[in-house]
Amino acid sequence: MNLTLKIWRQKNKNDKGRLETYQVSNISPDSSFLEMLDVLNEQLINEGKEPVAFDHDCREGICGMCSLYINGEAHGPDRGVTTCQLHMRKFKDGDTIYIEPWRSAAFPVIKDLVVDRSAFDRIMAAGGFVSVNTSGNTQDANNIPIPKDDADKAFDAATCIGCGACVATCKNGSAMLFVSAKVSQFALLPQGKVEATRRVHNMVKQMDEEGFGNCSNTGACEVECPKGISLENIARMNREYLKASIISEDEE
Amino acid sequence: MALTGLFLVVFLLEHLYGNLLLLKPDGGAAFNEYSHNMTSNVFIRIVEILLFLGILAHVVNALRLTIENKKARPVKYAVNKPAANSSWFSRNMGLTGSIILVFIVIHLSDYFFEYRVEGLDGDETIYGEVIESFKNLWYVIIYIVAFIFLGFHLNHAIQSAFQTLGINHPKYNPIIKKTGAALAFIITIGFTFIPLYIYFTMH
Ligand code: HEM
Ligand code: SF4
Ligand code: FES
Repeated sequence: MNLTLKIWRQKNKNDKGRLETYQVSNISPDSSFLEMLDVLNEQLINEGKEPVAFDHDCREGICGMCSLYINGEAHGPDRGVTTCQLHMRKFKDGDTIYIEPWRSAAFPVIKDLVVDRSAFDRIMAAGGFVSVNTSGNTQDANNIPIPKDDADKAFDAATCIGCGACVATCKNGSAMLFVSAKVSQFALLPQGKVEATRRVHNMVKQMDEEGFGNCSNTGACEVECPKGISLENIARMNREYLKASIISEDEE
Repeated sequence: MALTGLFLVVFLLEHLYGNLLLLKPDGGAAFNEYSHNMTSNVFIRIVEILLFLGILAHVVNALRLTIENKKARPVKYAVNKPAANSSWFSRNMGLTGSIILVFIVIHLSDYFFEYRVEGLDGDETIYGEVIESFKNLWYVIIYIVAFIFLGFHLNHAIQSAFQTLGINHPKYNPIIKKTGAALAFIITIGFTFIPLYIYFTMH
Protein backbone atom coordinates (compact mmCIF):
# COMPACT_ATOMS: atom_id res chain seq x y z
CA MET A 1 0.00 0.00 0.00
CA ASN A 2 1.12 3.55 -0.73
CA LEU A 3 -0.13 6.20 1.66
CA THR A 4 0.00 9.93 2.26
CA LEU A 5 0.30 10.79 5.94
CA LYS A 6 -0.57 14.15 7.48
CA ILE A 7 1.04 14.04 10.90
CA TRP A 8 0.99 16.57 13.74
CA ARG A 9 4.55 17.69 14.48
CA GLN A 10 5.28 19.74 17.58
CA LYS A 11 8.78 20.20 19.04
CA ASN A 12 7.74 20.61 22.66
CA LYS A 13 4.97 21.79 24.96
CA ASN A 14 5.40 25.43 23.97
CA ASP A 15 5.79 24.98 20.21
CA LYS A 16 2.68 25.86 18.20
CA GLY A 17 2.87 22.73 16.07
CA ARG A 18 1.64 21.99 12.54
CA LEU A 19 0.55 19.16 10.26
CA GLU A 20 3.28 17.84 7.97
CA THR A 21 2.93 15.60 4.96
CA TYR A 22 4.87 12.35 4.44
CA GLN A 23 4.71 9.52 1.91
CA VAL A 24 5.16 5.85 2.74
CA SER A 25 5.15 3.02 0.22
CA ASN A 26 5.06 -0.78 0.16
CA ILE A 27 3.15 -1.03 3.43
CA SER A 28 1.76 -4.52 4.06
CA PRO A 29 -2.00 -4.56 4.69
CA ASP A 30 -1.27 -7.08 7.46
CA SER A 31 0.98 -4.73 9.39
CA SER A 32 -0.33 -2.77 12.34
CA PHE A 33 -0.74 0.98 12.34
CA LEU A 34 2.26 1.41 14.62
CA GLU A 35 4.39 -0.82 12.39
CA MET A 36 3.49 1.47 9.53
CA LEU A 37 4.72 4.41 11.63
CA ASP A 38 7.91 2.43 12.38
CA VAL A 39 8.52 2.19 8.63
CA LEU A 40 8.04 5.94 8.31
CA ASN A 41 10.41 6.62 11.21
CA GLU A 42 13.12 4.39 9.74
CA GLN A 43 12.74 6.28 6.50
CA LEU A 44 13.03 9.62 8.34
CA ILE A 45 16.10 8.47 10.29
CA ASN A 46 17.79 7.32 7.05
CA GLU A 47 17.08 10.73 5.59
CA GLY A 48 18.68 12.31 8.65
CA LYS A 49 15.39 13.78 9.85
CA GLU A 50 13.78 13.73 13.27
CA PRO A 51 11.48 10.67 13.67
CA VAL A 52 7.87 11.14 14.73
CA ALA A 53 7.38 10.69 18.47
CA PHE A 54 4.38 8.52 19.41
CA ASP A 55 3.44 6.57 22.53
CA HIS A 56 3.36 2.77 22.69
CA ASP A 57 4.45 -0.02 24.95
CA CYS A 58 2.80 -3.46 24.91
CA ARG A 59 1.56 -3.37 21.32
CA GLU A 60 -1.06 -5.94 22.24
CA GLY A 61 -3.92 -3.75 23.39
CA ILE A 62 -3.46 -3.97 27.15
CA CYS A 63 -1.25 -1.12 28.36
CA GLY A 64 -3.24 1.84 27.02
CA MET A 65 -0.16 3.80 25.95
CA CYS A 66 -0.81 4.09 22.22
CA SER A 67 -3.05 7.03 21.59
CA LEU A 68 -3.65 8.42 18.13
CA TYR A 69 -6.55 10.35 16.65
CA ILE A 70 -6.67 8.82 13.18
CA ASN A 71 -8.80 10.32 10.42
CA GLY A 72 -11.08 11.99 12.96
CA GLU A 73 -11.55 9.01 15.29
CA ALA A 74 -9.81 7.90 18.47
CA HIS A 75 -7.75 4.75 17.71
CA GLY A 76 -8.89 4.99 14.07
CA PRO A 77 -11.87 3.63 12.17
CA ASP A 78 -12.01 0.14 13.71
CA ARG A 79 -14.12 -0.60 16.83
CA GLY A 80 -12.99 -2.23 20.06
CA VAL A 81 -9.27 -1.95 19.33
CA THR A 82 -6.38 0.25 20.30
CA THR A 83 -4.10 1.86 17.69
CA CYS A 84 -1.50 -0.89 18.14
CA GLN A 85 -4.14 -3.44 17.15
CA LEU A 86 -5.45 -1.47 14.21
CA HIS A 87 -4.48 -3.13 10.94
CA MET A 88 -3.54 -1.34 7.77
CA ARG A 89 -6.11 -3.40 5.84
CA LYS A 90 -8.70 -1.03 7.32
CA PHE A 91 -7.31 1.56 4.87
CA LYS A 92 -7.12 1.62 1.10
CA ASP A 93 -4.12 1.98 -1.16
CA GLY A 94 -3.63 5.67 -1.95
CA ASP A 95 -5.47 6.91 1.17
CA THR A 96 -4.54 10.10 2.95
CA ILE A 97 -4.42 9.53 6.71
CA TYR A 98 -4.56 12.35 9.27
CA ILE A 99 -2.78 11.52 12.53
CA GLU A 100 -3.22 13.85 15.50
CA PRO A 101 -2.57 13.67 19.24
CA TRP A 102 -5.43 13.50 21.81
CA ARG A 103 -6.77 17.03 22.16
CA SER A 104 -7.64 17.96 25.72
CA ALA A 105 -6.67 20.77 28.05
CA ALA A 106 -5.92 18.09 30.65
CA PHE A 107 -3.64 16.14 28.26
CA PRO A 108 -1.01 18.66 27.11
CA VAL A 109 1.10 17.63 24.10
CA ILE A 110 4.68 16.81 25.13
CA LYS A 111 6.02 16.21 21.64
CA ASP A 112 4.47 15.40 18.24
CA LEU A 113 1.81 12.78 19.01
CA VAL A 114 2.74 12.17 22.65
CA VAL A 115 0.51 13.67 25.34
CA ASP A 116 0.91 13.84 29.10
CA ARG A 117 -1.85 11.75 30.68
CA SER A 118 -0.68 12.04 34.26
CA ALA A 119 -4.03 13.74 35.02
CA PHE A 120 -5.46 10.19 35.07
CA ASP A 121 -2.82 9.12 37.59
CA ARG A 122 -3.72 12.02 39.87
CA ILE A 123 -7.39 11.05 39.68
CA MET A 124 -6.44 7.50 40.69
CA ALA A 125 -4.29 8.79 43.52
CA ALA A 126 -7.28 10.78 44.78
CA GLY A 127 -9.34 7.66 45.44
CA GLY A 128 -8.82 4.82 42.98
CA PHE A 129 -7.71 2.29 45.57
CA VAL A 130 -8.82 0.30 48.59
CA SER A 131 -6.95 0.81 51.84
CA VAL A 132 -6.00 -2.64 53.11
CA ASN A 133 -3.47 -3.65 55.66
CA THR A 134 -1.11 -6.00 53.85
CA SER A 135 1.36 -6.53 56.68
CA GLY A 136 1.31 -10.28 56.75
CA ASN A 137 -2.33 -10.90 57.57
CA THR A 138 -4.01 -10.68 54.20
CA GLN A 139 -7.10 -12.76 53.89
CA ASP A 140 -7.84 -15.14 51.05
CA ALA A 141 -9.98 -13.17 48.59
CA ASN A 142 -12.32 -16.13 48.18
CA ASN A 143 -13.34 -15.86 51.85
CA ILE A 144 -15.67 -13.03 50.94
CA PRO A 145 -18.68 -14.17 48.94
CA ILE A 146 -19.45 -11.89 46.00
CA PRO A 147 -22.47 -12.30 43.72
CA LYS A 148 -21.31 -13.49 40.30
CA ASP A 149 -23.13 -10.63 38.58
CA ASP A 150 -21.34 -8.00 40.66
CA ALA A 151 -18.00 -9.68 40.16
CA ASP A 152 -18.57 -9.72 36.39
CA LYS A 153 -19.54 -6.07 36.26
CA ALA A 154 -16.59 -5.07 38.43
CA PHE A 155 -14.31 -7.04 36.17
CA ASP A 156 -15.76 -5.44 33.04
CA ALA A 157 -15.15 -2.00 34.55
CA ALA A 158 -11.63 -3.00 35.55
CA THR A 159 -10.73 -3.78 31.95
CA CYS A 160 -10.37 -0.02 31.35
CA ILE A 161 -6.75 0.50 30.34
CA GLY A 162 -6.67 4.26 30.94
CA CYS A 163 -5.92 5.02 27.30
CA GLY A 164 -7.84 8.31 27.28
CA ALA A 165 -9.75 7.66 24.03
CA CYS A 166 -12.97 8.55 25.84
CA VAL A 167 -11.62 12.02 26.64
CA ALA A 168 -10.15 12.45 23.17
CA THR A 169 -13.38 11.63 21.40
CA CYS A 170 -15.80 13.45 23.71
CA LYS A 171 -16.92 16.79 22.30
CA ASN A 172 -16.69 18.14 25.85
CA GLY A 173 -13.33 16.54 26.65
CA SER A 174 -14.99 14.78 29.57
CA ALA A 175 -13.30 11.97 31.49
CA MET A 176 -16.50 10.53 32.92
CA LEU A 177 -16.18 7.11 31.28
CA PHE A 178 -12.68 6.55 32.64
CA VAL A 179 -13.49 7.82 36.13
CA SER A 180 -16.77 5.92 36.26
CA ALA A 181 -15.02 2.69 35.28
CA LYS A 182 -12.55 3.19 38.10
CA VAL A 183 -15.27 4.13 40.59
CA SER A 184 -17.36 1.12 39.54
CA GLN A 185 -14.64 -1.50 39.73
CA PHE A 186 -14.42 -0.77 43.47
CA ALA A 187 -17.98 0.28 44.29
CA LEU A 188 -19.35 -3.09 43.15
CA LEU A 189 -17.16 -5.13 45.48
CA PRO A 190 -17.44 -5.51 49.27
CA GLN A 191 -13.82 -4.43 49.77
CA GLY A 192 -14.47 -1.22 47.85
CA LYS A 193 -17.81 -0.33 49.45
CA VAL A 194 -16.14 0.75 52.69
CA GLU A 195 -14.63 3.87 51.13
CA ALA A 196 -17.21 4.32 48.37
CA THR A 197 -18.59 7.74 49.32
CA ARG A 198 -15.26 9.37 49.93
CA ARG A 199 -13.77 7.78 46.83
CA VAL A 200 -16.37 9.07 44.39
CA HIS A 201 -16.24 12.56 45.88
CA ASN A 202 -12.47 12.82 45.76
CA MET A 203 -12.08 11.33 42.30
CA VAL A 204 -14.75 13.60 40.78
CA LYS A 205 -13.21 16.61 42.52
CA GLN A 206 -9.79 15.78 41.10
CA MET A 207 -11.33 15.18 37.66
CA ASP A 208 -12.84 18.68 37.70
CA GLU A 209 -9.61 20.25 38.93
CA GLU A 210 -7.69 18.70 36.03
CA GLY A 211 -9.82 20.67 33.58
CA PHE A 212 -11.82 17.87 31.97
CA GLY A 213 -15.21 18.93 30.55
CA ASN A 214 -18.71 18.00 31.67
CA CYS A 215 -20.56 14.93 30.44
CA SER A 216 -23.60 15.66 28.28
CA ASN A 217 -24.40 12.02 27.54
CA THR A 218 -23.61 12.02 23.83
CA GLY A 219 -22.36 8.43 24.24
CA ALA A 220 -19.36 8.91 21.92
CA CYS A 221 -16.95 7.53 24.55
CA GLU A 222 -18.69 4.17 24.77
CA VAL A 223 -18.52 3.76 20.98
CA GLU A 224 -14.82 4.63 20.76
CA CYS A 225 -13.61 2.87 23.91
CA PRO A 226 -11.32 0.00 22.89
CA LYS A 227 -12.49 -2.03 25.89
CA GLY A 228 -16.23 -1.50 25.49
CA ILE A 229 -16.65 0.21 28.85
CA SER A 230 -20.40 0.81 29.19
CA LEU A 231 -22.30 4.02 29.89
CA GLU A 232 -23.91 2.06 32.72
CA ASN A 233 -20.77 2.88 34.67
CA ILE A 234 -21.38 6.60 34.28
CA ALA A 235 -24.93 6.17 35.57
CA ARG A 236 -23.56 4.15 38.48
CA MET A 237 -21.06 6.89 39.27
CA ASN A 238 -23.84 9.50 39.10
CA ARG A 239 -25.83 7.41 41.60
CA GLU A 240 -22.81 6.98 43.84
CA TYR A 241 -22.13 10.70 43.64
CA LEU A 242 -25.71 11.67 44.47
CA LYS A 243 -25.68 9.24 47.36
CA ALA A 244 -22.35 10.59 48.56
CA SER A 245 -23.64 14.17 48.39
CA ILE A 246 -26.76 13.36 50.37
CA ILE A 247 -25.65 10.87 53.00
CA SER A 248 -21.92 11.48 53.40
CA GLU A 249 -20.92 11.99 57.01
CA ASP A 250 -17.66 13.67 56.04
CA GLU A 251 -17.51 17.32 57.06
CA GLU A 252 -16.62 18.65 53.61
CA MET B 1 -29.63 20.39 34.21
CA ALA B 2 -31.61 17.20 34.49
CA LEU B 3 -33.89 18.39 37.29
CA THR B 4 -34.63 21.80 35.77
CA GLY B 5 -35.03 20.22 32.33
CA LEU B 6 -37.51 17.58 33.50
CA PHE B 7 -39.43 20.22 35.42
CA LEU B 8 -39.74 22.19 32.17
CA VAL B 9 -40.94 19.07 30.37
CA VAL B 10 -43.74 18.62 32.92
CA PHE B 11 -44.68 22.26 32.47
CA LEU B 12 -44.77 21.83 28.69
CA LEU B 13 -47.20 18.93 28.93
CA GLU B 14 -49.50 20.99 31.13
CA HIS B 15 -49.17 23.94 28.75
CA LEU B 16 -50.00 21.69 25.80
CA TYR B 17 -53.17 20.54 27.53
CA GLY B 18 -54.20 24.17 28.06
CA ASN B 19 -53.50 25.10 24.47
CA LEU B 20 -55.45 22.19 23.08
CA LEU B 21 -58.50 23.82 24.67
CA LEU B 22 -58.13 26.39 21.88
CA LEU B 23 -59.35 23.73 19.50
CA LYS B 24 -62.56 23.08 21.46
CA PRO B 25 -65.36 24.36 19.20
CA ASP B 26 -66.98 26.53 21.90
CA GLY B 27 -65.88 29.96 20.75
CA GLY B 28 -63.02 29.99 23.22
CA ALA B 29 -65.02 29.62 26.45
CA ALA B 30 -62.94 26.76 27.85
CA PHE B 31 -59.65 28.37 26.88
CA ASN B 32 -60.60 31.76 28.31
CA GLU B 33 -61.66 30.15 31.55
CA TYR B 34 -58.46 28.13 31.73
CA SER B 35 -56.35 31.24 31.09
CA HIS B 36 -58.28 33.16 33.65
CA ASN B 37 -57.74 30.46 36.27
CA MET B 38 -54.07 30.49 35.41
CA THR B 39 -53.80 34.18 36.22
CA SER B 40 -55.91 34.22 39.37
CA ASN B 41 -54.94 31.07 41.27
CA VAL B 42 -52.31 31.70 43.96
CA PHE B 43 -50.82 28.22 43.62
CA ILE B 44 -50.35 28.74 39.89
CA ARG B 45 -48.65 32.09 40.52
CA ILE B 46 -46.13 30.37 42.77
CA VAL B 47 -45.49 27.65 40.16
CA GLU B 48 -45.07 30.42 37.62
CA ILE B 49 -42.28 31.99 39.64
CA LEU B 50 -40.66 28.57 40.00
CA LEU B 51 -40.94 28.18 36.26
CA PHE B 52 -39.08 31.43 35.60
CA LEU B 53 -36.42 30.42 38.08
CA GLY B 54 -36.27 26.98 36.44
CA ILE B 55 -35.69 28.42 32.99
CA LEU B 56 -33.13 30.85 34.37
CA ALA B 57 -31.25 28.10 36.21
CA HIS B 58 -31.34 25.87 33.15
CA VAL B 59 -29.98 28.59 30.86
CA VAL B 60 -27.31 29.81 33.28
CA ASN B 61 -26.15 26.24 33.85
CA ALA B 62 -26.17 25.53 30.10
CA LEU B 63 -24.00 28.58 29.53
CA ARG B 64 -21.58 27.60 32.29
CA LEU B 65 -21.28 24.02 30.98
CA THR B 66 -20.80 25.17 27.40
CA ILE B 67 -18.02 27.58 28.39
CA GLU B 68 -16.28 24.95 30.54
CA ASN B 69 -16.57 22.33 27.83
CA LYS B 70 -15.11 24.65 25.19
CA LYS B 71 -12.18 25.31 27.51
CA ALA B 72 -11.58 21.59 27.94
CA ARG B 73 -10.45 21.37 24.29
CA PRO B 74 -8.47 24.51 23.45
CA VAL B 75 -6.91 23.04 20.28
CA LYS B 76 -9.41 21.54 17.83
CA TYR B 77 -8.83 18.48 15.65
CA ALA B 78 -7.92 19.19 12.02
CA VAL B 79 -10.08 16.22 11.04
CA ASN B 80 -12.93 15.02 13.23
CA LYS B 81 -15.80 12.60 12.63
CA PRO B 82 -18.21 13.05 15.51
CA ALA B 83 -21.07 11.60 13.47
CA ALA B 84 -19.34 8.22 13.65
CA ASN B 85 -20.09 7.88 17.34
CA SER B 86 -22.89 10.22 18.46
CA SER B 87 -26.14 11.76 17.28
CA TRP B 88 -26.49 15.28 15.91
CA PHE B 89 -29.15 15.99 18.55
CA SER B 90 -26.83 15.08 21.41
CA ARG B 91 -24.05 17.31 20.10
CA ASN B 92 -26.16 20.39 19.44
CA MET B 93 -28.04 20.92 22.69
CA GLY B 94 -26.57 24.42 23.00
CA LEU B 95 -27.75 25.38 19.51
CA THR B 96 -31.26 23.91 19.83
CA GLY B 97 -31.54 25.35 23.35
CA SER B 98 -30.54 28.84 22.15
CA ILE B 99 -33.21 28.77 19.44
CA ILE B 100 -35.76 27.82 22.10
CA LEU B 101 -34.55 30.70 24.28
CA VAL B 102 -35.06 33.22 21.47
CA PHE B 103 -38.53 31.81 20.98
CA ILE B 104 -39.35 32.01 24.69
CA VAL B 105 -38.44 35.70 24.68
CA ILE B 106 -40.66 36.40 21.65
CA HIS B 107 -43.46 34.30 23.09
CA LEU B 108 -43.42 35.94 26.50
CA SER B 109 -43.18 39.47 25.15
CA ASP B 110 -46.27 38.81 23.03
CA TYR B 111 -48.57 37.04 25.43
CA PHE B 112 -47.34 37.27 28.95
CA PHE B 113 -46.31 40.91 28.70
CA GLU B 114 -49.49 41.95 26.94
CA TYR B 115 -51.94 40.24 29.31
CA ARG B 116 -50.19 40.60 32.62
CA VAL B 117 -48.39 43.87 32.28
CA GLU B 118 -50.45 45.89 29.84
CA GLY B 119 -53.81 44.21 30.36
CA LEU B 120 -56.52 43.54 27.80
CA ASP B 121 -58.79 46.30 26.49
CA GLY B 122 -62.58 46.13 27.02
CA ASP B 123 -63.98 43.42 24.80
CA GLU B 124 -60.69 41.62 23.96
CA THR B 125 -60.32 38.02 25.12
CA ILE B 126 -57.18 35.93 25.31
CA TYR B 127 -58.76 33.48 22.90
CA GLY B 128 -59.47 36.26 20.42
CA GLU B 129 -55.92 37.58 20.66
CA VAL B 130 -54.38 34.17 20.08
CA ILE B 131 -56.57 33.45 17.07
CA GLU B 132 -55.77 36.90 15.69
CA SER B 133 -52.01 36.44 15.97
CA PHE B 134 -52.03 33.07 14.22
CA LYS B 135 -53.68 34.57 11.17
CA ASN B 136 -50.23 35.99 10.47
CA LEU B 137 -48.20 33.48 8.46
CA TRP B 138 -44.86 34.66 9.86
CA TYR B 139 -46.09 34.03 13.34
CA VAL B 140 -47.11 30.50 12.43
CA ILE B 141 -43.72 29.84 10.85
CA ILE B 142 -41.80 31.12 13.90
CA TYR B 143 -43.84 28.82 16.12
CA ILE B 144 -43.36 25.77 13.97
CA VAL B 145 -39.61 26.26 13.60
CA ALA B 146 -39.24 26.81 17.35
CA PHE B 147 -41.13 23.65 18.20
CA ILE B 148 -39.23 21.54 15.73
CA PHE B 149 -36.04 22.60 17.47
CA LEU B 150 -37.64 21.99 20.85
CA GLY B 151 -38.39 18.47 19.61
CA PHE B 152 -34.73 18.05 18.63
CA HIS B 153 -33.67 19.29 22.07
CA LEU B 154 -36.00 16.95 23.93
CA ASN B 155 -35.21 13.97 21.74
CA HIS B 156 -31.80 13.84 23.38
CA ALA B 157 -32.69 15.63 26.60
CA ILE B 158 -35.23 13.31 28.17
CA GLN B 159 -33.21 10.11 28.00
CA SER B 160 -30.08 12.10 28.86
CA ALA B 161 -31.70 13.39 32.05
CA PHE B 162 -32.37 9.81 33.17
CA GLN B 163 -28.73 8.91 32.63
CA THR B 164 -27.61 12.03 34.53
CA LEU B 165 -29.80 10.98 37.46
CA GLY B 166 -28.20 7.55 37.39
CA ILE B 167 -31.19 5.72 35.98
CA ASN B 168 -29.73 3.26 33.49
CA HIS B 169 -30.70 -0.38 33.27
CA PRO B 170 -30.25 -2.64 30.25
CA LYS B 171 -33.84 -3.79 30.60
CA TYR B 172 -35.41 -0.32 30.76
CA ASN B 173 -33.06 1.72 28.57
CA PRO B 174 -34.93 1.00 25.33
CA ILE B 175 -38.21 2.03 27.00
CA ILE B 176 -36.68 5.24 28.38
CA LYS B 177 -35.21 6.15 24.97
CA LYS B 178 -38.44 5.41 23.11
CA THR B 179 -40.62 7.22 25.64
CA GLY B 180 -38.30 10.24 25.50
CA ALA B 181 -38.43 10.37 21.72
CA ALA B 182 -42.21 9.81 21.73
CA LEU B 183 -42.75 12.63 24.25
CA ALA B 184 -40.57 14.95 22.16
CA PHE B 185 -42.63 14.02 19.11
CA ILE B 186 -45.99 14.50 20.84
CA ILE B 187 -44.95 17.89 22.23
CA THR B 188 -43.73 19.06 18.81
CA ILE B 189 -46.76 17.78 16.91
CA GLY B 190 -49.20 19.10 19.52
CA PHE B 191 -47.78 22.60 19.63
CA THR B 192 -47.30 22.92 15.86
CA PHE B 193 -50.75 21.54 15.05
CA ILE B 194 -52.52 24.34 16.93
CA PRO B 195 -51.19 27.33 14.94
CA LEU B 196 -51.53 25.39 11.68
CA TYR B 197 -55.10 24.49 12.47
CA ILE B 198 -55.99 28.06 13.35
CA TYR B 199 -54.23 29.45 10.28
CA PHE B 200 -55.95 27.12 7.85
CA THR B 201 -59.45 26.88 9.33
CA MET B 202 -60.10 30.29 10.86
CA HIS B 203 -58.44 32.45 8.24
C1 HEM C 1 -34.34 28.26 27.31
C2 HEM C 1 -33.58 27.74 26.44
C3 HEM C 1 -32.83 26.47 26.70
C4 HEM C 1 -31.48 26.33 26.63
C5 HEM C 1 -30.50 27.43 26.30
C6 HEM C 1 -31.17 24.96 26.92
C7 HEM C 1 -29.91 24.42 26.91
C8 HEM C 1 -29.60 23.13 27.25
C9 HEM C 1 -28.30 22.54 27.15
C10 HEM C 1 -27.04 23.22 26.62
C11 HEM C 1 -28.40 21.27 27.59
C12 HEM C 1 -27.27 20.27 27.58
C13 HEM C 1 -26.80 19.93 28.90
C14 HEM C 1 -26.44 18.50 28.89
O1 HEM C 1 -26.58 17.86 27.83
O2 HEM C 1 -26.05 18.00 29.94
C15 HEM C 1 -29.76 21.04 27.97
C16 HEM C 1 -30.24 19.87 28.50
C17 HEM C 1 -31.56 19.62 28.77
N1 HEM C 1 -32.61 20.47 28.51
FE1 HEM C 1 -32.48 22.35 27.85
N2 HEM C 1 -32.31 24.27 27.18
C18 HEM C 1 -33.36 25.16 27.04
C19 HEM C 1 -34.70 24.90 27.18
C20 HEM C 1 -35.21 23.68 27.59
C21 HEM C 1 -36.61 23.41 27.73
C22 HEM C 1 -37.74 24.38 27.41
C23 HEM C 1 -36.69 22.12 28.20
C24 HEM C 1 -37.87 21.30 28.54
C25 HEM C 1 -39.05 21.47 28.10
C26 HEM C 1 -35.36 21.61 28.36
C27 HEM C 1 -35.05 20.35 28.81
C28 HEM C 1 -33.77 19.83 28.92
C29 HEM C 1 -33.45 18.54 29.48
C30 HEM C 1 -34.42 17.50 30.06
C31 HEM C 1 -32.04 18.41 29.37
C32 HEM C 1 -31.20 17.18 29.74
C33 HEM C 1 -30.51 17.35 31.06
C34 HEM C 1 -29.52 16.25 31.35
O3 HEM C 1 -29.14 15.47 30.50
O4 HEM C 1 -29.09 16.19 32.50
N3 HEM C 1 -34.47 22.58 27.97
N4 HEM C 1 -30.48 22.20 27.75
S1 SF4 D 1 -12.91 4.05 29.55
FE1 SF4 D 1 -12.22 3.06 27.62
S2 SF4 D 1 -11.55 4.80 26.37
FE2 SF4 D 1 -11.65 5.57 28.46
S3 SF4 D 1 -9.61 5.29 29.31
FE3 SF4 D 1 -10.75 3.43 29.85
S4 SF4 D 1 -10.33 2.00 28.17
FE4 SF4 D 1 -9.71 4.01 27.42
S1 FES E 1 0.67 -0.15 22.88
FE1 FES E 1 -0.26 -1.06 24.65
S2 FES E 1 -2.35 -0.80 24.21
FE2 FES E 1 -1.43 -0.13 22.36
